[in-house]
Amino acid sequence: MLRDAAVAALAAGLLGLPLIGFRLLDQSGGEGLTTRWPELAAAVALVFTGRLALLLIDGGAVRVALLIMVAFAASAFFVPWPAQFLKVVAVGGAAIIAIRAGLILAGPRPVALAGGAIRPIGRFLPWLLVLFALILPVLPFADRGVVDVGILILTYILLGWGLNIVTGLAGLLDLGYVAFLAIGAYTTAILGTQYGLSFWMCLPFSALSASAAGILLGFPVLRLRGDYFAIVTLGFGEIIRIVANNWRSLTNGSQGINNLPRPTFFGLADFTGSPAPGHKAFSTLFGIPYSPIHRVIFLYYVVLALALAVNIFTLRIRRLPIGRAWEALREDEIAAQALGIDRRRIKLAAFAIGAAWGGIAGAVFDARQGFITPESFGFLESAVITAIVVLGGLGSQLGIVLAALVLIGLPELFRGLNDYRMLAFGAAMIAIMLFRPRGLIATRRPTAILK
Amino acid sequence: MAYFIQQLINGLTLGAIYGLIAIGYTMVYGIIGMINFAHGEIYMIGAFVALIAVLAFTSAGIASIPLLLIVVIVAAMVVAGLYGWAIERLIYRPLRGAPRLAPLISAIGLSIFLQQYVQLTQGGRVKTLPPLMPGGFTLMRGDDGFAVGISNFQIVVFVLTVVLMAGLTLIINRTELGRAQRAAASDPVMAALCGIDVDRTISVTFVIGAALAAVAGVMVVLYYGVIDFFIGFLAGLKAFTAAVLGGVGSLPGALLGGLVLGLVESFWSAYADAAYKDVAAYAILVLVLIFRPSGLLGRPEIEKV
Repeated sequence: MLRDAAVAALAAGLLGLPLIGFRLLDQSGGEGLTTRWPELAAAVALVFTGRLALLLIDGGAVRVALLIMVAFAASAFFVPWPAQFLKVVAVGGAAIIAIRAGLILAGPRPVALAGGAIRPIGRFLPWLLVLFALILPVLPFADRGVVDVGILILTYILLGWGLNIVTGLAGLLDLGYVAFLAIGAYTTAILGTQYGLSFWMCLPFSALSASAAGILLGFPVLRLRGDYFAIVTLGFGEIIRIVANNWRSLTNGSQGINNLPRPTFFGLADFTGSPAPGHKAFSTLFGIPYSPIHRVIFLYYVVLALALAVNIFTLRIRRLPIGRAWEALREDEIAAQALGIDRRRIKLAAFAIGAAWGGIAGAVFDARQGFITPESFGFLESAVITAIVVLGGLGSQLGIVLAALVLIGLPELFRGLNDYRMLAFGAAMIAIMLFRPRGLIATRRPTAILK
Repeated sequence: MAYFIQQLINGLTLGAIYGLIAIGYTMVYGIIGMINFAHGEIYMIGAFVALIAVLAFTSAGIASIPLLLIVVIVAAMVVAGLYGWAIERLIYRPLRGAPRLAPLISAIGLSIFLQQYVQLTQGGRVKTLPPLMPGGFTLMRGDDGFAVGISNFQIVVFVLTVVLMAGLTLIINRTELGRAQRAAASDPVMAALCGIDVDRTISVTFVIGAALAAVAGVMVVLYYGVIDFFIGFLAGLKAFTAAVLGGVGSLPGALLGGLVLGLVESFWSAYADAAYKDVAAYAILVLVLIFRPSGLLGRPEIEKV
């Protein structure tokens, strides 16, 4: 047992030796090098203790492991660590292992009871979430920042639900979904700034252009399967970004487009204190004092309405023949084809519809940001959207909401730890897949049951 | 003409680097059928280890350039191989038999994690290294006086690539390990029944792929001398394109695909628009997948029920 832990610690030491043990110094006139032995030693010690405790748990000495971990977490709190990050890992890791040991000591979970208790929550949770989303802006703690994060999360839920049609229902892993977001965003931006169309006029054009791009891309690549399809869509996403970066006459290159049209109150009123002549201000229309938060709250409800529209759309289309055909193709392509389903056409429909929702999300993205640059549409965005869909549980609408809350909401809470946000994001993606390979909500409710 | 030959030499150098990374993709895909999305990050880590090793060994008093080159390559291969081994052991092995998307998504997560890890430990700024082996030969002179040159390090890249490819081919075709690998790639269950330790074979595959990617990382540091924590993403994508181009699962194909891709990129930058050279690479990927999905040297995939 000790030998095993020592091997793990040795491996960790070798892994960390060059990258943790040394630090490149960016000096003028060439790179310098310093050492960081205390950090490396601390990291190795952490791996050794953690591995030992896990081995003890596996070996049956759960109580010992629990004691060690509780003592370790407590003492780690007071020991001076060479880096604050290591302290967080030490205390947090020890706590997680201790909880695991504690759960084992508490005995096996009563499965039947848990299942019974979860079901009613599962039925009411969606309605509770919708209710919460509806009243969020009027809650006392909802200042401008909270509503803004709400818009961000809702945008990702909108994107997740849009991609869910392609990935969750039709089973096509699209790693370049951000391309449609970009096309929608640029359509609205260009139409708005160069042709003076309002946000509401641009919205359908964004959906149309993204959908057209989806069909254009879909025609050649939809016959590819699985991983190949994923990589080609990834390449497509990158191509769109590179083109946006270099086609200066249309997109203004890497500087992006500023002063995008802000959504008006359905063309009736503007959200400014002093509207242009001939326009009404939202505050005078309703006879309330002017506040800049009105625009944010209005945008919040617009995104919420769009997201709910996608949700209702998806739930309804799943019951139509085309929705059933998507799920049939996802489950078994060959069997579905044998039943006479036209693979290309059905998949193309999923691709076009999913792309259209991505384009709409792009217009919303414009409205929230007020400016766009090609850098907003990198591969990381695609990875985040895909991760939301897969981590939530393929095809589960509720799972996507939960995954978006975890992946987008939690990092926003920890804005202060900016440096470690993406590190934790990557680690969370790995951890969720390791412990729940089918996603947070893995149950797949069949849409039709033979009686 | 002289300009053309110069681009040919530069393209082949770049292609050799892509090819070495592509081998890791091809071997892993061949044996467990998954795209190891984090492979590009291994190459990036290899490059960082190489840079650190150059500085560390130089300050430790190794002055002879050939010796330094050998130690640096060995150090980068060992560390990167260990990373490959640890990644397989900790992340991909528990996910074997999980739904197809699970390993891919955790590979993307791992890719983000490793990038951030290197950014946090080594800083986000671009790192530079002055050339270790300056100098070279002038091969010919064009009519307009354009001199075609090949640098000493480009020669090292070619020789090293050929040696590594020959060694790998020998391992795969002649040794027990290679036989186990081919068996596990064609039918893992049957191979296990015949007494092959499939888990160990997969581990070794990851280690070999990672070590070769690390050599590519060493080459990039010493040839271009500019790296940052983000180089793995683009290189990984290009190398994957190279692997697909050559035919996934085929070792000579991976190198051939890498060379073709390197040449296309080099000529595209020279004669067309350098800003769109990545678009050219992706366009090749799409075209190959559409018109010849099995790649240049691959065998067609049979659809099984």
